[in-house]
Amino acid sequence: MHELSVSSAIVDTVVRHAAGRQVAAVHVRLGRLRQVVPSSLAFYFALISKETVCENAELHQEIVPARLRCRGCSHGWEIDMPHFRCPQCGAADVVVETGEELEVESIDVEEVAQCTV
Amino acid sequence: MHRVKVKVVEDALDANTTIAAANRADFDRAGVTVVNLMSAPGAGKTSVLERVLGDLGGVRVAVLEGDVQGSLDADRLTSLHIPVVQLNTDGGFGGECHLDANMVRSALGALPLEDIDLLIVENVGNLVCPAEFRIGEDARIMVASVAEGEDKPLKYPLMFRACELVLVNKIDLLPYVDFDLDHFLHHLDAVHPGVAHMEMSARTGEGLDAFRDWLVELPARARRQVPA
Repeated sequence: MHELSVSSAIVDTVVRHAAGRQVAAVHVRLGRLRQVVPSSLAFYFALISKETVCENAELHQEIVPARLRCRGCSHGWEIDMPHFRCPQCGAADVVVETGEELEVESIDVEEVAQCTV
Repeated sequence: MHRVKVKVVEDALDANTTIAAANRADFDRAGVTVVNLMSAPGAGKTSVLERVLGDLGGVRVAVLEGDVQGSLDADRLTSLHIPVVQLNTDGGFGGECHLDANMVRSALGALPLEDIDLLIVENVGNLVCPAEFRIGEDARIMVASVAEGEDKPLKYPLMFRACELVLVNKIDLLPYVDFDLDHFLHHLDAVHPGVAHMEMSARTGEGLDAFRDWLVELPARARRQVPA
């Protein structure tokens, strides 16, 4: 059900940027730490986008790995499991460099070709 | 017709963040400190509030109750004689599973902001979605009960990272459940290193004084953090 709220936020964002144009594709960047399940997001996106300019749009999901950096020793690493302490020095003061994205990167819209004659 | 790529590069939750900031400005103007209280269903949010909000010294408190349906939780708090406003989320798509900034904004008019110091927003019981939506709060607290299992921080890292304080509730049940408190705290530290926690039982009252003190001191603490 998390994916339901996320897809609804994505559709709202896209509708605003589409400015009335039909949307053919939506490109999103999803950080690993957002715990979004891609198949579930695709399902809800199709449901939520009905009767909007996003209806039938392809949803392209780029999953961004979770990269952390320790403020203490500057060690940088990638995590698969939710362990956020620095494996080098054990510090808790760790910055999430990537992995928290929930971003609409771009959209492909249909435009009526302008007559250039 | 031809296809055109439009660069967007916008956080999908930007709209929510903007409204949360507007809420925050209203809260700051009225001098109200706001807590977003989150947990799984049944972890004991309302029970904890029932036990601590009746006696907050001079701190004037109100509660905004978020539920998918009904006013059962709000009714439980009536004996405290504090303002309680019910916010139901079932107008949305089958009932929203969380509160977002806009829902909280819609309830602001019903809240006596000028007459309170502290607002507790009891979110909809859910360990996932509420973590995504800021509402303009000063502090996020989550309640995790020992009946839920010691592995929950590893399963719901988003929620356990999206809070400044974890209340470990129902510790009176520790002899009866397979919940190793040390294991739980170890998992919590892995997911959110250094996060504060308090152990308590809303049923027996054990450990509630520390949380009550924390709440009483919160408005002064929050004001110090707001740049002049």
